This record gives sequence, C-alpha cells and structure tokens, in this order.
Amino acid sequence: MIRVRNFNNDKFSIYWPALAAANLNWFCDLGVDERRVDNRTIYIGHQSSLVNEDFIPPKFCDNRIVSSKYTVWNFLPKNLFEQFRRIANFYFLIIFLVQVIVDTPTSPVTSGLPLFFVITVTAIKQGYEDWLRHKADREVNKYQVTVLENGQETPKESENIKVGDIVQVKENETFPCDLILLQSTRDDDTCFVTTASLDGESNHKTHYTVPDIERDLKSLNATIECEQPQPDLYKSLGPENLLLKGATLKNTQKICGVAVYTGMETKMALNYQGKSQKRSAVEKSINAFLLVYLCILLSKALVCTTLKYVWQSKPGQDEPWYNKKTQKEKDTNLYLKMFTDFLSFMVLFNFIIPVSMYVTVEMQKFLGSFFITWDKDFFDPEIQEGALVNTSDLNEELGQVEYVFTDKTGTLTQNNMEFIECCIDGFQYKHRGASSELDGFCVTDGPVNKLQQKAGREELFLRALCLCHTVQVKESTEQDQREDNLDQVDGLRIDENVLQPPQKERGFIASSPDEIALVKGAMRYGFTFLGLESKTMKILNRNKDVEMYDLLHVLNFDPVRRRMSVIVRSGSGEMLLFCKGADSSIFPRVRQEEVERIRLHVERNATEGYRTLCVAYKRLSEEEYAQADAGLREARLALQDREEKLLAVYNQVETGMSLIGATAVEDRLQEEAAETMEALQRAGMKVWVLTGDKMETAKSTCYACGLFQRKTELLELTVRTLEDGERKREERLHELLGEYHKRAVQDAPPVKAGGTRVCFASNQDYGFIIDGASLSMVLNSSSESNMRSYKDLFLQICQNCTAVLCCRMAPLQKAQIVKMVKSSKGSPITLSIGDGANDVSMILEAHVGIKGKEGRQAVRNSDYAIPKLKHLKKLLLAHGHLYYHRIAHLVQYFFYKNLCFILPQFLYQFFCGYSQQPLYDAAYLTMYNICFTSMPILAYSLLEQRISIEDLIEDAALYSENAKNAMLRWGLFLYWTGLGAFHGLVFFFGVRFLFSNPALQDNGQVFGNWSYGTIVFTVLVFTVTLKLALDTRHWTWINHFVIWGSLAFYVFFSFFWGGIIWPFMKQQRLYFVFANMLSSVSAWLVIILLILLSLLPEILLVVLRNPRDPHIVPLLVPDKHD
Amino acid sequence: MMASSYNAKDEDGHHSGSVSHGGAGTAKSKKPDNTAFKQQRLPAWQPILTAGTVLPAFFVIGLIFIPIGIGLYVTSNNIKEFEIDYTGVNVDSPCYTCANNFSWNSTTSCSCTVNFTLEQPFENNVYMYYGLSNFYQNHRRYVKSRDDRQLNGDATALKDPSNDCEPYRKIGVETIAPCGAIANSLFNDSLELYYVEPSGALNAVPLAKKGIAWWTDRNVKFRNPAGVDLPTAFKGTAKPVNWRKPVYELDPSDPDNNGFINEDFIVWMRTAALPTFRKLYRIIHKNQSSTSTLPSGRYVLNITYNYPVLSFDGRKRMILSTISWMGGKNPFLGIAYITVGSICFFLGVVLLIIHHKYDTRSNSADIPN
Repeated sequence: MIRVRNFNNDKFSIYWPALAAANLNWFCDLGVDERRVDNRTIYIGHQSSLVNEDFIPPKFCDNRIVSSKYTVWNFLPKNLFEQFRRIANFYFLIIFLVQVIVDTPTSPVTSGLPLFFVITVTAIKQGYEDWLRHKADREVNKYQVTVLENGQETPKESENIKVGDIVQVKENETFPCDLILLQSTRDDDTCFVTTASLDGESNHKTHYTVPDIERDLKSLNATIECEQPQPDLYKSLGPENLLLKGATLKNTQKICGVAVYTGMETKMALNYQGKSQKRSAVEKSINAFLLVYLCILLSKALVCTTLKYVWQSKPGQDEPWYNKKTQKEKDTNLYLKMFTDFLSFMVLFNFIIPVSMYVTVEMQKFLGSFFITWDKDFFDPEIQEGALVNTSDLNEELGQVEYVFTDKTGTLTQNNMEFIECCIDGFQYKHRGASSELDGFCVTDGPVNKLQQKAGREELFLRALCLCHTVQVKESTEQDQREDNLDQVDGLRIDENVLQPPQKERGFIASSPDEIALVKGAMRYGFTFLGLESKTMKILNRNKDVEMYDLLHVLNFDPVRRRMSVIVRSGSGEMLLFCKGADSSIFPRVRQEEVERIRLHVERNATEGYRTLCVAYKRLSEEEYAQADAGLREARLALQDREEKLLAVYNQVETGMSLIGATAVEDRLQEEAAETMEALQRAGMKVWVLTGDKMETAKSTCYACGLFQRKTELLELTVRTLEDGERKREERLHELLGEYHKRAVQDAPPVKAGGTRVCFASNQDYGFIIDGASLSMVLNSSSESNMRSYKDLFLQICQNCTAVLCCRMAPLQKAQIVKMVKSSKGSPITLSIGDGANDVSMILEAHVGIKGKEGRQAVRNSDYAIPKLKHLKKLLLAHGHLYYHRIAHLVQYFFYKNLCFILPQFLYQFFCGYSQQPLYDAAYLTMYNICFTSMPILAYSLLEQRISIEDLIEDAALYSENAKNAMLRWGLFLYWTGLGAFHGLVFFFGVRFLFSNPALQDNGQVFGNWSYGTIVFTVLVFTVTLKLALDTRHWTWINHFVIWGSLAFYVFFSFFWGGIIWPFMKQQRLYFVFANMLSSVSAWLVIILLILLSLLPEILLVVLRNPRDPHIVPLLVPDKHD
Repeated sequence: MMASSYNAKDEDGHHSGSVSHGGAGTAKSKKPDNTAFKQQRLPAWQPILTAGTVLPAFFVIGLIFIPIGIGLYVTSNNIKEFEIDYTGVNVDSPCYTCANNFSWNSTTSCSCTVNFTLEQPFENNVYMYYGLSNFYQNHRRYVKSRDDRQLNGDATALKDPSNDCEPYRKIGVETIAPCGAIANSLFNDSLELYYVEPSGALNAVPLAKKGIAWWTDRNVKFRNPAGVDLPTAFKGTAKPVNWRKPVYELDPSDPDNNGFINEDFIVWMRTAALPTFRKLYRIIHKNQSSTSTLPSGRYVLNITYNYPVLSFDGRKRMILSTISWMGGKNPFLGIAYITVGSICFFLGVVLLIIHHKYDTRSNSADIPN
C-alpha cells in the first residue's frame, strides 16, 4: 500500500493496491524481524515539516547494487567454504585431512595436490566471474544521475541516491531505483516505459503521475507511505505511478520521481536470482556411478581391515621380530587402531574416485560449448549473430531430447505479420498490391449492391482498426516522415493509391506485431494513424482530413480475455467502444445474427494458417459511458482484488456490441521449418506445439510444417468436441479420453521395445489436439480420484502420438505441460524452443531451453540461443549427439581407468600382510590422473566424431541411438566396470606370476617391490591409453599428439623421476627402477603380453560388433574433408 | 518491410544492471572463424577395425607369440635350478638344533651342515640365492623404515635420521646407523659351499661377493659418510640392535665392501615384492679350466645359523641357479606367451569362419533388396 500525504494541501491520499498477503509472505520467507513496520514513510525531498514531532530520519539502504558475491577480504574463506560444500570436494578434503592426521600409506601430497589444483582453478574462475560482476555493479553504481536538491539539478552517482531523493530521468535512460512518478514533461502527465530487462516485455507501458501534485517540486512537502519492499514482480508490474529500476523511459523527454526503494530493495534486485541449476541426466548418472564406486571403495576397505585383523591374529604375524611396532602404535587402543586402519585403506583406495574427473568433465563442458558458438552454420548473416551458449552444463542433454516443445508464433513462424485480407459484414476484401482498385479494395465476393451502406461500414471498420490498439508512433521520425510523405505523394506513386503513405518510413511501436500489421493494413486502405497526443488519437482519413478522437479508456489486452477495447469520443462527441479480439471471445459478445456471416470467413482464414481477429464496436450513450467510466475508475483504485474487479467491469462494458468484420494476418513459416520438424520426428523426438493461437490456425501451421500428415488421425480434445454431446463436459471428457486412449494406446502395437521410437509406416500415426480450457479440465479435474487417471490417460495418449498440438495456452499452462511431461515416467529430457516473453516460463521449466529469435532480452533465460529454427536440426542431431557420445564415453572411461588403477593396489594388500603398502610410488599415484591419462581422454571428449557431422545431419535416425541415456545405462556401466576389473586382474596377476622368481635380470640380480609396482603401472598406463586409442574413431593430429605424447611423457617422466637422487626426499624408492626394468627382457615381454592380453577382448568385441553397425566404411578410410 | 517498426533491439538492456554477466560465450557480432578446428573439420584419420583388418593381426600375433613362447619355455627349462630348505623345522633336518636353540643373546654362533647332490652339472655362471618365505619385507611399516639420505652418506641424516626409522632409530642417545627395521633385520646367515671330491675331500667353491647389487645402488644411491676411514665416519653411531658387528665391519675380507656400500646390505635393502622371495647372495663365476662351474656330484652347504625365522613360521632356502637372457627360471612367461599366441590364432580362425559366414549372409541379404 502506498499512500501519499501532501502537507501543503492536505486533501488527498492515494491508495495503491496493497499486496497484503504477499507482504506477509515476504516477512515469513525472509525471516525479517517482526519489529519492522510493514509500511515505510518517505519524506519527499527530505523535507519534514513536522519539526515539532520527533523526527528520526528513517534509515534505508543506499542505492548500491551488489550482485557480486565476494569482496577482496572475504573471497578466500567464503569461496573455500562454498567449494567445500560440494559433496565431492568435501569428500576429497576429508581424505586429505585423514592423510594429514592419521599415519596413512600415501603422503597427503598425493591427494592434496590434485585437490589444491581443482580448488585453485575453480576459485580463479569464480573470482574472475565475480570480478566481472563487480565491474557490472560498478558501472551501475557509478552511473551518473541527476538529483533535484532544493530545486537545483545536481549530478550524482547512482549509488548515492537516498530514499526520498527526487530523481530526474531523461528519455532512453533507465531508472536508477524504484521511483514514484511525480512529474512528466508530457502534457497528459504520463510517461512511457519498457520493462524489457525486467520481464522481457518490450511493449510500452503507460505510467501516470501522482494526481494533483504541486507543479513546483521544490516547495513540495509530502510524505509517501508505502509497503516495505517485496519481490512480487509478476503480479502486476507495480502500481501505475511506480517506475521500476531497470525499466527504460521511452517517448517522454524527462520525468521526475521520488526514490522509494533503493539498491538491494528495488524490485529488480529482489527479483534477481540465479537461474535454478539444471542438472543433466549425465550428471545424475555420474552421481549414481559414484555411489557404486563409493560402495566398492568402502567394501574394499572393510574387507582389507577385517582380513588384516584375521591375519594378525595368527601368532608371529602381527609383530615379527624384524618388524617391531613403535611405542605409539603399541599404545593405541585396538578399536581406534581398527578405525584408523579402515581410514588408511580408504585413503589408499580413494583414487578410485578421482578428483580429476570433475575437472575433466567441467573442462570438457566448458571448452566443448565453444564449438557451438564457433559453428559458422549457426551464423545468421541477417542479424550478424551466431549461436549463444548461456550454460555449458547441458551440452550433452542436447543429444538426449525426447520431447520438443515449440512455440508457434515467431518460432515455427516468422512473426512477421502481413495484413492479408479482411472481411466486412461478410464481404471479403483482399488487398492486391499495386493493382488494387476501388480505393484499394477489391471485392472478391458478395453482391455489389448497397454500396452506400457498405462504404459506411468499411470506414467504420478501418477507423476501428486505426483506433483500437496500443500502437505508438515513433515520435522522433514524425517530422521527417511528413516531408517524406509529401515527396512521395508528388512523386511516382501518384497513380497508385494516392493516399497511401509510404510504409517503410513510418515507425510503429507495439507490444504485438499483429497490431502493427493491422494499423498498417488500415493505412494501406487509406486510414493512417498519426499518433496519440495527450490522450487524443489522430487519424488521417481517406479524404486527407485529420480526425481527432479522445482516448477515454483502454481496456487492456490480456491472454485470458483475448481481446482489448478502447473507448473514444469522436470529434462529434459520439462515444464509441471498439473492441478487437479472438473470435471465441468476441462472438459471444455480439449480436448472434451477425456472427454467422463472419464465422465462415474466419474459419476459412484460420485453416489457411492466417491469424484472425474480429472487430466489433458499440455506441455508448452518455449514461452508459458515465456508468462505465465510474466503474473503471473505481476498479482501478480498488484496494483488493483489483484485477478481478477490473475484469468484471471489462466484461460488463464489452457486451452487446455489433460485429463489423474480421481481419486475417499472415504469419509465414520459418525457413526450413518443415524439414527441421521432419528431421526431429525422424530422430525419434516427439514434437509438441504449444501456442496461444486458436486451434485452426495452429493446426494449419502444423500441417504446413509436416507435423501432421494427411494420414495422421487427429484426436481432438477441445471445447468444441467437449460440447458436442448434450452431457456435461466432465462426462464427455471422461468418455473422449477413454476412447482416445483405447485407440492410441491399447490398440496400437507396442513400439517401445528396442528403446528406439522410430515410427514405422505401417503404424497409424496419431495427432492429438487439446486446448487450454480442456487441458485445465484434465489437469485440475474437480474430483481428486479422477484427476490422477485423467492426467495419466492424457499423458499416455500423448506419448503414443507423433505430434501434439496444444492451442490456446496461457504461458503458465505451457510450463505446466512441460513440467508434467518432464516428471512423467522415465523422466524424459525435454527441450523448449520459443522466442517470446510468454515462452520464458516454459523454457525455464524444460531441460534445455532454446530461444529462437535474435536479440530478444529473454535470450538470457535460455540455455542456448540460436538465430533460426532451422539451426535446431544441427544443434541437436550433430552437436547434441556428439556431445552426449563424448561425455558419456568420458564418464565411463574415467571410472574404468581408475578401477583398473586401484584394483592391483587392492590385490597387493593380500600379499603384503594387509599393511596398506601402496603398490605404486607416490609420484605415480598423483600423476596418473593428472598427467599420464588425462589429456587423451580430454582430447577425445572434445574432438571425437564417431559418426561424421554430415552423416548425423543426414540420417536423423542415428539420434535415437543415444536415446534414454543409452551410453550410461547400467548394463554398459557394468561392462566397463567388468573391463576395468579384468584389466586390473590381468595387470596384477600377470606380474605376480612373473615375480614368483624375482631374478629377472640377465645378471642374476633381483627386482624389489617398487619394480613390481612400476611394471604394473607401465602396463596400466599403456593399456588404458591404447584402449582409448582403440575407441577413437576420429584421429586428428591433436589426438595423435596427446595419445602418443602422453605415453612418451610417461616414459620420459619415469626416467627423469628415477634418474636423480632427489634432494630433500627421505626415500629414493624409484631410483633407477624404471631404467633397470627396461634392461630386463622379461619385463619387456611381460609388459607387451599383458597389454595385448588386456586389449584382446576389446579388439574382439569391436570386430564382432562392427558388422551390425550399418555405418562401417571398409578398412581405413582417410577423412574426406581437406 | 516491417524492419523499422518492431524495435525490440533498441530496448536490449544497455545498462540492464548487474544481472547479465558473461557465460561461456558472450554475444559475438562477428562471424565465427572458418577454421578447420573451430568447425570441427580437422583432417582426421578414421580407422575402423573390421574383421578384415584384425584377422591378419590375430594371425600375425599368433605366429609371433607362439615361437617366442616356445623359446621362452625352452630357455626356462634349460635353466638349472637347485633349491634346498635348511630352516630346520623337522627333527631330522641338520639345522634343527640351531633353529630351536636360537637365542639373540648367545655370543657363539651355531653352525650346521647340509649335504646335497647335484644330479646335473651347472654350466656358466651359477648364482647362489637365499630365499625366505613368509617374510613380509613388503609390509608397509617395514618398507618405509629406512632413511635413504642416511644411506646416501648425508652427514646430518646420519646423526638425525628420519622418524620413519622408529623404533630402530636410536639406542639411548646414539643414533643407529643404518637405522630402520630393514637394516636391522639384515639377513646374516653365512653360507659356504663345498664340493665333495670323489675322493671325499671338501673343495671350497669360490663365492664372489661383488656384482650382486644393482650398479647404480652400489655406486650412487648408497654411499658411506665422509671420514678418514669408516670407523671415524661412523663415530657416534650405534650398530643396529640385532647386528653382531657394526656396519663398517660387515665384510672383514674386503675393506671396499664395508659400510653402507656392502653389497649384501644393499641387496637386502631392496625390499622384496612378495612375502616369498629370493635374494642374490653370491655368484660362482665360470671356471675357466673346467667345463662346468658346478660339476654334478655331492656338495656340502655349511651354514652359520644366525637368522631366526621359526618365530614367524618362516622358511629359509638356498638356491643355486643358472641364468639366461630372460633371468632366472620361470616357466610362466613361456606358457603365457604360448597360451596367448594360441588364443590369438584360434580367434583368428574363428573370426575367419564368422567373417566368411557373415559375408555370404550379408551378400545374399543385399541382393533381394
């Protein structure tokens, strides 16, 4: 509630609708202490006249925006704290601490170094991002604003604005804080604002000054009482006098306003929150696998600990004379010892869950996403922009999409509206460009009689088109345009429609392109809207006379009403109400006898894919107007349920109208829309069209882009079908759902068998159509018991249909549908694509959101933005497929390579008295994941193209190979785990049998335990690297470089590490071990043998699997490119 | 036509506040580079393993591995090895008394003699190993119980060795040199080998002490601390608890084989990988005059029994072995190579059959289409 008290003339107070309930919530949610009053009092210009009262200047926060998380001082502790809140990091920290505290087999360095590396890299990345935020904050906070202090214009930095300051804002500037509009340079005390950066709506909103305010702000002495800041942005974008921070002033030279909410208390700041983290299916798989490996780790440690104590219980084993315990060990309590032993084993085997996997996965995602931005195929020369990646966490989800939800307008179609035809009183008028006749009209049907009357109706219709809208004329160019007009009129076009002004130069601004198309259509027929000046609309009519209309009321458009109206007073004092809207919302409100003539045209236009609107009007008598006026004013000032009250008044006013005609506006399909949709369907994706449009229009679009085919059997669940029978809607719904379910689900042969969802020609295709009203019935059915089953039935039907069309959807319903599908059985991956603000909720809900059109503000709400719909094909079929394949392989490979890394170490415990003796040297333990085996898999996961991009795009069915997380199924995971275990066993026991006689050199000298470990490790590094080489199907020079480079590096490092007596090291375990190993023929032979033996099953499988793969090209084929 | 009308772009938040910060790729107004790398079109070699490529490989592997395996097996079989357990567990074994009357405190050493017969003569250099069983030289507490800095002759580490050496780090105030459990438990049985001439006379077989340790260990890794002579260099240190002599008197016969560079000591310090292990003890160099180094016949092994193993149920062995290019006797490699080679060969055959079958099947399947 905001209340302004003016002390100068204490005669009014304004109430703004209070959001009392929300207010309460806010207190609860944020846990603000309750002593805070729920209203704040603001002294405009800090002038308090109440000197006699105790004046305590209220303390409000300053206008500094802080979106950064850290400062220089708290960066380290805070960042570390946040990083260690990640469960993986915390786990590694614990391992590290155990190593530091407990006497463990490996030095803390082995796990501390990788952890330190990871933490540092992440900290640097986050620090950099925070620095960027700081920079952005600084830009906002240091932004120069003009503040009126005692009437003087004083420049100030934005952050210094205090609550109560009077701020001056010029055109095209953004508001530095939430302001109450006090003064505007416009005569009608309004200003125009776009809230594009707040909610993505780019239309102009009108705000009004506080009425009856003093003109001279200097002497103004008033207080404002308003509610405490609260984040509710979407309920309504602030009362009509509240200008929100972040919004931009338009079409108004200058305004003055008093700051009411500043800094972090502005609506924008309260609304700002990071997008909710979307977790990819791969990540969930990783977590599941991690759990398995954690279990393996724990059981390994448990087994070893148990066996250790069993083994030690035999006499002489625990403490033989040659290996006495230290005094400390002897003193330790047995159970404590058991526990520390358990921890030691954990530490010894902890490499099975590698820190480096997270780093590699992160790097893969981060670097991999660049390939999308780099792709020149996504570059659109028109807008000079390519694709945009807002999150790299979901790359692989692009290869997993099962459901595509697409918006129709602007996504499937171009949202480039063109006025095609209109229908006045049942007569169809089609504009035929330059060859038009009869004043730009071409009567294509209908009798030619009653010309007189017809002309009157025509003009009325065109006036309605000119008046009934919220379009604004770009004022800055008006002057030029008039000149242009004259030029053009004198010029060549004289033989054409003389009164037709050139369209290109006239700039219109509106919230929806339909309105512009209509205004332009009217312009083509001789009625030009010249603009709105202080509530007066000016129209240039056919006779080049300017008609003036007073704009009395605008009954705004909203998606529920699906219509908008204006009430104007014509020059002759006539009160007129013009209303335009969807047929379904207009027809019930006009005289029924007029409807039939028009309905035919509307339906025909709709099936041709045009967007249709009906236009109606009504003459208001003075009394009627007075009544309506009073009702509207009252409703606008209502304190509670303002919206409901307004709606009631609107409904009351918009009745008994008479229908004039209908318009048809064409919205062309996007380039390659049909091909893209077809490819998506062939790839096994279900395409759902969610649109706010009417059914016929949407259906025709669906046919046009091939979502519905001729043979597709359409199942319709709309208000129309529901009202077919005489029975109640609920019963009919029940009946229809049951019937469709029977047809689409029960009778259809089961197709789901192989996980692939390719529809075969023999099967009957079904298409499902549902509208918003029916959907809400399905979802919110009155009886609890039915609801579940309806929803399930609905889902099942939809899942068996090739395409689903949901029309007449409210934005929220779109999100509801996405949510419903997302949470259905098997939690399929969904993708939403849309371009408008009404798609934002759906995009946020879906797993992957894509914004279609260029340069829209809400692009930032999407995860990926592509310039055109056609790019979706490559994004999913090629990039998505490859990303998924790469990361899935990366994950499996990582688990595999660490299992066969650690398994020999585990097995060695059985031979060393369960003493936690590591098999490998500490350097090898540390370097294995960091240096020796990390680069090849990273290169693989960035560059691999199992199937070439061309093939992937060409054969969309390949996409379904990866459906349902195919490469990370438990079966495959078991295979990889089994492979790892097999390799580990081969490595360990191969060397174990070799070491049954450790005299392996030709001079009779023997090898010790470090040689044993080094041989195992050498086999290991070579095997896992060569295994990856076997999997690599796309050998670029980078792959060659990192694979052979890693192996060479390993050899080089081993020589180097063993070649020097390292100073400051207490133990020189590996001194010349590697070189000595290489001097033994037996070691060479065993290494070669074991590598080959390990890879043998792999090679065999590859060979056996290949013949079934239809994409083999015989033998070694060099790449075609280049 | 409508380009001027619908101005969404103008409102694109210039100064939209702090909400937008760069993600992976911020807006790029420029056309992406058309480089092979960025377009994922790097020239690539795309090998595909098919039966056709792998089949010959299998046969080749088989054909290479089987001969190697046979060679290894034969080589291993040709190596002569003789092993005798002298622990003295059984009452009738010669070292039974020594083994059972062992005491750390006794000043006199117990000796026992084991007679054995070599059925075949040993040619070339013969290597004498001692083998221990159930001796966990790879126990973690044991493995780390050493200080390589001390063993490298570091003066400070000699006086103040690493804590890893506990509880064999100090006796009273004196540092133990060499410290640690490994050094402390140095194998100290001495073995002497005599050939029993047909006449009955005992002929001592010359046992060389040099060349049993890795060259790099003896010359680089292990070094005596600096000093005029060894006793002064090791002054102020104590001998390990279980040793009878200080480290600089390990080999009275050869002054260069004392201190940390004593080869027996170095060999012992290289901890074994498994609880049953052998370590090189002596080398019997090839006899220039006669054909065989150790002719077949009766031998006597004289043991100075200093090393107790019964307390932990261990065993002690003496091994005589010749050596080939592949090291000591170990049939494993040969068998493994033959097995893997045979598997490859067998798989090659199987694959060949499958390949043929598949080819005909796919051909016949292709034709009707």
